[in-house]
Amino acid sequence: MDKDLINSLGDELYSAFLTRSTITPFTERDLDITLEQAYQIQQRFIARRLEAGETVVGKKIGVTSKPVQQFLGVYQPDFGILTSDMLIAGDNVIDLDGLIQPKAEAELAFVLKEDLNGPGITAMDVIRATDYVVPCFEIVDSRITDWKIKIQDTVADNASCGVYVLGDVQGDPRKLDLTLAGMVLHKNGELYSTSVGAAVQGSPANAVAWLANTLGELGIPFKAGEVILSGSQSELVAVQHGDELECNVGGLGRCKVKFSGRSAV
Amino acid sequence: MKTTLSREAVVRLCERVEGAQTRAYAIPKLTDEYPSMTMADGYAIQTELRKRFIEQGHKLIGWKAGLTSRAKMKQMGVDQPSIGFLTDKMARPENSVISTADLVHPRVECEIAFVTREKLVGPGCTAEDVLQATDYVLPAIEVIDSRFSGFKFDLESVVADNGSSARFVGGGRPRYVDELDLPTIGAVLEKNGEIVEMGAAAAVMDHPAAAVAMLVNILADMGEELPAGSFVMSGGITAAVAVSPGDHVIARFQELGSISVRFGE
Repeated sequence: MDKDLINSLGDELYSAFLTRSTITPFTERDLDITLEQAYQIQQRFIARRLEAGETVVGKKIGVTSKPVQQFLGVYQPDFGILTSDMLIAGDNVIDLDGLIQPKAEAELAFVLKEDLNGPGITAMDVIRATDYVVPCFEIVDSRITDWKIKIQDTVADNASCGVYVLGDVQGDPRKLDLTLAGMVLHKNGELYSTSVGAAVQGSPANAVAWLANTLGELGIPFKAGEVILSGSQSELVAVQHGDELECNVGGLGRCKVKFSGRSAV
Repeated sequence: MKTTLSREAVVRLCERVEGAQTRAYAIPKLTDEYPSMTMADGYAIQTELRKRFIEQGHKLIGWKAGLTSRAKMKQMGVDQPSIGFLTDKMARPENSVISTADLVHPRVECEIAFVTREKLVGPGCTAEDVLQATDYVLPAIEVIDSRFSGFKFDLESVVADNGSSARFVGGGRPRYVDELDLPTIGAVLEKNGEIVEMGAAAAVMDHPAAAVAMLVNILADMGEELPAGSFVMSGGITAAVAVSPGDHVIARFQELGSISVRFGE
């Protein structure tokens, strides 16, 4: 696969993102894409967003739970890049008209106070370099028709990242049990699911260490101040106009998000 | 709800359940013979069983709530948990080997248990009342064992079979409830070093104390109260996991420590 093809596939994703449309999965096109090529397509997709004026604000980690890894047949996480327009701040209301086929995931976000330069990074380094953790929702979205993704499709599509919101509580990871902290998710006031930090790679700090080491090998910077969405601790939640979600992390606190606009696909 | 069984039938079915429990063999579910058996009949058989055990010198030390997760109640088409009694003969210490030779289909669940310091009386008992009357909470592993063949399951038969109660292990770290946010306590169940189930305590009726309150109200329906000093298990946070000789099970809880047991022949 040559550079031109990689660029044109990245451009295709960027165009789908701009027009809120979906494209045929790359893995159904007889292209035989490798994971490495999929990340190159992702880089092109993100480069187009940066050219349009956005900046890199962090990373997201995906494919961190056993059920999702089994579904995709991949036994390690993936990652995507968080850009400045993805953070929905203020009242935490998500406009569904700005997304294609969104679903919500409850997670823990890490904010770094020091660079994490892999390889050689352990979970202990992650705790040391973390300024604070915060409960959050990632609203995943797919530019691939009907979410018919294989691992190469989702990696190329920036790990299916959409937008995210952060809670307004910040916790010191030295005072928390990241592995055993419960994750309680309510949808419209009713209990939706419960989980625990260990659902993410045994501990969310393990997922962040994996990311630091993977980025180090790829030569991608991982800087102080970046936000890392460490991986879903809930099932994917379908959302539509008027829905309200709240997640509550044991020892830390809550994050709330509301949805407005048309019904989700 | 009314009882439909004659006194003779209650005694006969109680003897059938007692035989299955004490000699570890499977029996057909009781509703095969009495299809119109009610929940009240189930509790009448369970009460008969409790009286017999106490006459034989077993000491009643508390109660357990079962079917306390909404998902499980919905699945069974019921709107209240079932309850069962606990005696000293069912207790096993943590870090011990639990024999499976005297069990039929043993499965384990992790739960939050309450030890009371004041008596609780229904009807109208609330979660707040339970928290007020609680001495301390601690983690527990419950070993449930359905004595019915082929996992053929209905609520009336299960209630008669003492809510599938078999063995239980209290341990870990006792805590005062006012130092904890019980619903967000995370729990991980590991079997032979691998995580097999995860959840948070809110899975039990949004708050484990709500399950204990319901238990007290069911006791009131039966003309009973929960004495001070009772040990009460609030119901499985996670699904039950089958165990066999040689298995090593650890339940790890946020803020409450862990409980380890092994299973032998």
